[in-house]
Amino acid sequence: MIGALLPHPVLASIEGAIEFIFSPQSSNVTGGKTVGGIDQVWELLLNQIELTVFALALALVVAFPLGLYLGHRGTGESLAIVIGNLGRAIPELALIAFMAAFIGVGVLNLTIALAVLGIPPILANTFVGIHQVDRASVEAARGIGMTEFEILRRVEIPLAIPTLFAGIRGATIAIVATATIAPIAGVLTLGDFIINQNVYGTNGVLAGAIVVALLALTLEFSLAGVQRLLTSKGLKLSNA
Amino acid sequence: MASPALFAAVGEVGKGFIQERSSDTLPCQATDAFFCWDWAKENIDRYETPTIQHVELVLISVVLGFALAFTLALIAHRRRWLQPPLLAVTGVLFTIPSVAFFFLLEPFTGRGRDTAIIALAAFTLQIIYRNTIVGLANVPGAVKDAARGMGLTERQILWKVELPLAAPEIFAGLQIAMVSTVAIATLAAFVGGGGLGEPILRQGISFLTNIIIAGGLAFLMAIVFGLILFAIQRLLTPWRRAVDA
Repeated sequence: MIGALLPHPVLASIEGAIEFIFSPQSSNVTGGKTVGGIDQVWELLLNQIELTVFALALALVVAFPLGLYLGHRGTGESLAIVIGNLGRAIPELALIAFMAAFIGVGVLNLTIALAVLGIPPILANTFVGIHQVDRASVEAARGIGMTEFEILRRVEIPLAIPTLFAGIRGATIAIVATATIAPIAGVLTLGDFIINQNVYGTNGVLAGAIVVALLALTLEFSLAGVQRLLTSKGLKLSNA
Repeated sequence: MASPALFAAVGEVGKGFIQERSSDTLPCQATDAFFCWDWAKENIDRYETPTIQHVELVLISVVLGFALAFTLALIAHRRRWLQPPLLAVTGVLFTIPSVAFFFLLEPFTGRGRDTAIIALAAFTLQIIYRNTIVGLANVPGAVKDAARGMGLTERQILWKVELPLAAPEIFAGLQIAMVSTVAIATLAAFVGGGGLGEPILRQGISFLTNIIIAGGLAFLMAIVFGLILFAIQRLLTPWRRAVDA
């Protein structure tokens, strides 16, 4: 069925890529060295996940409390929005290359560079999400004697969950995508298969692209699932 | 360490990007200077072609993406059952990292600019589609009823009432798509698509001045495009200005 739809060379390259993922093969450039195979794919996959999680955690630690504070106080709107907009304008490749050239290569520097990409969407969405919570709800919470912290935790955050998660998901997609080009800064992720075609061959390039795409989609679906779990029952009902 | 071979493997190899002119004698090139002004002054013309390529990549991708996403949104606006599947499909296209997308397309479309444009356009679909749908959905029902009462047809209501009222959201989507695409288009160089990523890939991380110029140009371009779209939106929706003021 698929064979009838796809031209033969395309089918062959897909087969080659799948073979590359599961069984090691000899590199077509570096004589005798074996590349690919499930062990190497797994190792680079774990590297990329680790890098993504570190960078996302760092971005969250910086941006989430700040966004909550500004959103709850209702101050710094232009700051949060401007940072959110400027963040989108950062060219990923230049950022990674700049950090590597300016501070040096390595996991720590790369984590910081990737966190820089994650901070703007988290900050802007946290601010907007908290800030747009109906003031009447907040006043009602204050009226029944909640402290400011309780208002934030039990009223504002639950009501802002969809917007908060939109920011976290945006940050995750940006970070995992950019972690793909981490080999430029000396950290081997799945992107190594894609970037180093002379070592891994065309099979490796396509294999890398497939695994990176699956990784990004898996992260996105997982976060969507977590978002559904964290959304309060009342909100789900009102949306239905 | 990223070796020069790594970068050579990626782009069209231009050996000695910084050495061809008198520039290899410039003192600030030899040191670890943050920014080598002397080199920049002498070599700024090298960035003309990448900059033009970058503008072309972005404009073609965003125009294609807008045409497709806007059309899909108009269709799904009337046929609501299409909305969940379209959101899911554009969401998948949005989520797949561009670098991976380039090389998923490569077996079909080969290396080069076309592949980069398809991937970048696919990336923009979700942003434009979703903002158009939300903008149209936010038009108050009473306004549409009033238009219907005045005898407008459904088509007239769409083009004369709904779309103008949804214009700010649609433009916001276009602006986000445009700015993000300028940034992401630096990755097009990986698949031989040219643009401002090209000098960075070619030279690698050994020469900071080059990274700052190419990255700075891309960053500025994103901001300029964003501001232009913002200005167009303000001009096209004068009634919003009156409300804002």
